[in-house]
Amino acid sequence: MSVDRKIKVLVCKPGLDGHDRGAKVLARALRDAGMEVIYTGIHQTPDDVVNTVIQEDPDAVMLSMLSGSHNALCPLIMDKLKEHGIDDVLVAVGGIIPDEDKAFLGEHGLKGFHGPGTELKTIVEFVKNNLKR
Amino acid sequence: MDYSNFISQLLNGNPRAAARLITFVENDIEAAEEIVNSIYEHTGNAYILGITGAPGTGKSTFISTLIKIYVEQGKKIGIICVDPTSPLTGGALLGDRIRMKQYFSLDNVFIRSMANRGQLGGLARATEDVIKILDAYGCDIIIIETVGVGQSEVDIFKSAQTVVVLLVPGLGDDIQAIKSGIMEITDIFVVNKMDLMGADKKVAEIMQMLEFRKNYKYDSKDISKKYAKIELWTPEITKVNSKIGENFDELLGLIDKHKGFLEESGVISNYMKNRITNETMQILKHKLTQKIEDLLNSDEEIGRYIDQAIKKSLDPYSIANLIIKILGLE
Repeated sequence: MSVDRKIKVLVCKPGLDGHDRGAKVLARALRDAGMEVIYTGIHQTPDDVVNTVIQEDPDAVMLSMLSGSHNALCPLIMDKLKEHGIDDVLVAVGGIIPDEDKAFLGEHGLKGFHGPGTELKTIVEFVKNNLKR
Repeated sequence: MDYSNFISQLLNGNPRAAARLITFVENDIEAAEEIVNSIYEHTGNAYILGITGAPGTGKSTFISTLIKIYVEQGKKIGIICVDPTSPLTGGALLGDRIRMKQYFSLDNVFIRSMANRGQLGGLARATEDVIKILDAYGCDIIIIETVGVGQSEVDIFKSAQTVVVLLVPGLGDDIQAIKSGIMEITDIFVVNKMDLMGADKKVAEIMQMLEFRKNYKYDSKDISKKYAKIELWTPEITKVNSKIGENFDELLGLIDKHKGFLEESGVISNYMKNRITNETMQILKHKLTQKIEDLLNSDEEIGRYIDQAIKKSLDPYSIANLIIKILGLE
């Protein structure tokens, strides 16, 4: 096989939130599902996230947010991605996302919304089934 | 697929185009062939610095301090971080970026993580191609971080002009220092975490090893020797604390000294020759392996040879010779 295509996923934690156990567990699960996972660490600004997406060219971006700042940061990230002409990347947000915020985030193109208690294989399947390229 | 649009954007310094092209060369060797073919004439300007060392010696943190310094000097820098692929699932966790976020800016720093995808030697198959893309992108310096290596992952010395090996206090004794492998291909030894106890002892152990090597130094200035780059240079050693940037002035001086040596001695042309030969060999191996695998899986005649080998009337060496004959490579 001359073509060796791997699903590449960026897992990151935007904003001022240091609780990254969930992000690490998710990164590990995606790795074990055969994906190439980049973990950026905590305290990422929207510019950090977008710059990383530009350079690493992932198929999916998984934003892990427990701080309550998702309505402020996620749309910013989506806008900046659009500014750079990036529209073929799956962007999902998970963590603590209240039901009433999901429609708003959905309008900005975010997907996923997996919260505590979600089985890891559900998220793995979600990534595989929602890639845009 | 037509890559010409991406390539013209790459040559104009567009980071997104660089990233897309890197993905193509990583995933598809035929794409790599086409892309390298188009950009090759625009490469050769970047200085390639290889950083290697055992897991946890502080390679990423060390590089992040180097990035900061080179950015202040107004340089454009490319960084390739290689991490291992799981032999079980094919997945990988690429975590080198975590240490490098603080000096990040899209204009002058381009960081790319790569999984080695099962390649031994400390680098990924596509590393050479990615170097070329970042070179054509306009990077002045390309820093390659190998996977955390053990003793024998030495491929970096074939790709990089200068190889820096990181060591830390308290890991291994003086016997480790005289073993074969990465200790032999090092241009500059850096004892990282110099604030820890045992840093001076580590430096002393390496110095003893280097003294030994000095005595055996080739006095011949024959730069056409295959390993002239290594044999004609006496490795340097220093200690640093990457977290606070301590003693990096000395380190940068040593890197410049090595760079100067390569140019003044003329070894650089020898290095280029070896690098291109090695790269060509790798490509040939890949292509021939592909051809042979296809043949083994599809050719009925070879299937019969293998059946004969099971019955012990033919051995694997003879089968190999028959295949060489089929391929017309005798």
